[in-house]
Amino acid sequence: MVDITRRHLMAGAAGLAAASALGGRAFAQAAAPTYTPESGAELRLLRWVPFVKGEEAAWNANSQAFTEATGVKVTIDQESWEDVRPKAAVAANVGSGPDMVMSWFDDPFQYPDKLIPVTELANAIGEANGGWYDGPRGYAVKDGEFIAMPLCAIGNAICYRDSHMKAAGFSEFPTDSAGFLELCKALHGKGTPAGFPHGKAVGDGNNYAHWLLWSNDGEMVDEQSKVAIDSEATRKAIAYAQELYKTFIPGTESWLDINNNRAFLAGQVSLTANGVSLYYAAKNDPAMAEIAEDIRTHVLPIGPVGKSVELHQTTSLSIFKHTKYPEAAMAYLQWMYEADRMNAWIEGASAYCCPALKGFADNPVWTSNPIHAPYAKASESLRPNGYAGPLGPASAGVMADYVLVDMFAEAVTGASADDAIRGAARRAGRYYS
Amino acid sequence: MARARRGGPLVWLTESRNGLGLIFMLPAAVFLICFLTYPLGLGVWLAFTDTKIGRAGIFIGLENFTWLSEDRVFWLSVFNTFFYTLIASVLKFALGLWLALILNENLPFKNFFRAVILLPWVVPTVLSALAFWWIFDSQFSIISWVLMKWGMIDAPINFLGEPWNARFSVIAANVWRGIPFVAISLLAGLQTIPQSLNEAAALDGATSWQRFRRITLPLLTPIIAVVMTFSVLFTFTDFQLIYVLTRGGPVNATHLMATLSFQRAIPGGQLGEGAAIAVAMIPFLLAAILFSFFGLQRRRWQQGGGD
Repeated sequence: MVDITRRHLMAGAAGLAAASALGGRAFAQAAAPTYTPESGAELRLLRWVPFVKGEEAAWNANSQAFTEATGVKVTIDQESWEDVRPKAAVAANVGSGPDMVMSWFDDPFQYPDKLIPVTELANAIGEANGGWYDGPRGYAVKDGEFIAMPLCAIGNAICYRDSHMKAAGFSEFPTDSAGFLELCKALHGKGTPAGFPHGKAVGDGNNYAHWLLWSNDGEMVDEQSKVAIDSEATRKAIAYAQELYKTFIPGTESWLDINNNRAFLAGQVSLTANGVSLYYAAKNDPAMAEIAEDIRTHVLPIGPVGKSVELHQTTSLSIFKHTKYPEAAMAYLQWMYEADRMNAWIEGASAYCCPALKGFADNPVWTSNPIHAPYAKASESLRPNGYAGPLGPASAGVMADYVLVDMFAEAVTGASADDAIRGAARRAGRYYS
Repeated sequence: MARARRGGPLVWLTESRNGLGLIFMLPAAVFLICFLTYPLGLGVWLAFTDTKIGRAGIFIGLENFTWLSEDRVFWLSVFNTFFYTLIASVLKFALGLWLALILNENLPFKNFFRAVILLPWVVPTVLSALAFWWIFDSQFSIISWVLMKWGMIDAPINFLGEPWNARFSVIAANVWRGIPFVAISLLAGLQTIPQSLNEAAALDGATSWQRFRRITLPLLTPIIAVVMTFSVLFTFTDFQLIYVLTRGGPVNATHLMATLSFQRAIPGGQLGEGAAIAVAMIPFLLAAILFSFFGLQRRRWQQGGGD
């Protein structure tokens, strides 16, 4: 293991120089730690393949600027998003490979003891930028220590056709789940139905299933990691899902992640939930100008739980203990989170990435287009996977095994609520035992 | 010999027949041990541990298998695997043999057809699976579209959304892909059957069915045994097609043991349990191999008799 030596230059000249370079906001935080990259340091970052070109460009530009300023070469390896998890887990346990990883969901909790705590840096950055949102923070803090830096949430929101909603007799988008059901019924009646994936859609399927459960105040496990899916709340969620399912376009049981996008863009469904990419797919295609004009977005309706709660897709950055250059890695993170650079990155991602820090909510990207507005709420409504239990291999395994997705899919395709719940409880119990 | 012995083991190795034989076999042996025996052994070992991705496990005996024996999804995947393998293999055999018999006749453009037949097999599985994904799409299926244009149905067929539809849809895709292998191999077998036998039988007044039943089929049996063994093995262990088309959905109705093993082991991180599912496939695969090698190759069967 590498011995970590942090050089704190609280009031030193170098510290001041660095702070002033960081702009006004950081200047006020003289307590920000400073890291001096080891001589000859080189870094490798493993990240997921970018979804948005502008995001990749902004990240790489920031990274390039870091290299120019410090002389530390940063290599960025991209892996398709489902391959990041196994790769990072193996790197963590073999003790070689990338120095840092941009990983998904509860990944840092799979190997917390293989990561360098970044508490000091995270606290300083949080303080300087209005604080962390609770949800993303939950994905990064274990026993009071930050084992990762929360980066962003890939927001999920309802995308619908405004004209179809109006034709169905609604002038405003309903904010509660009861009104939402009425809207979907009306859309169905007009032959412009909604559609949410009940198939094994890693992202969209899990988002929808977790919203169904959580908005009805259900939970997979309680605080003591005891499986708590067998509850009245779950039965209510299932009953709601069954009602909603009746209004869907046929075939949603087979939908994978891309199907709802395809069906929406082809005009087959008029309402679904997706990342902002759906809007951009329409906007960037001249043939779909009409649909792009008609798209509106909205946060998912609020259920009996009384507030907006969603899974979204969350990503964070962590540093492996096996890195030879921990100081350089810390400096890199600090550099990337510096306000101007973070703002440039958020803008580059055109509303795809909702930052984990409250201070970036005023980024112009959120107001530049009303379509973006719901996606700005992602970090706020985000609730960590495996609620209300702790994060770890069990919560990750349950999601990867589609336990919740399957439970709702079974229930809407004819199984009784009791059977579906029993199956889910049993499978979840295996992971949490 | 005696002199070589005195020269020590090195001399024996390089100068005797057996020693040289050992040396020549060494590369193959090392290759087999490193890339076949070791991974297989490791896989079997993992099945008896609670290894998670990136976390060493401890030996837990049969716990994985006990758990699986009570797991509805596992048994569903076993059923699916057998159903898939059985129906797809029978169809591939029947259609493949039929195709081989047709191609063995003197057709115009015979070579052209023989080449075309191979196409489905040449296309990478993932590509053909993607094509089938569109063909079976719940909204954009070309089949549904054509049938709707003809006015035969009102709504698109829910190919991959309804459990039995999904099972037959993936079987159809697998059969389409697997026929060429069976057809071309059996065609090769057919061409080794001497024409004189058929001619002699024809002179004796045998009908074409009798000739097929009494001459072609018995002589073809050894080839059929080998071809079908391979075909069954390929089908039983199929992964790509399912993963692209359904990922095992709807509600696990098309999960095969191979796809379930992957889902639990890699994205789910439960390497031990995934390995246990994979190991559970071995007895069935062995049974299929033994059946074809010791059963189908029996003399008496080949000569058209029973036991």
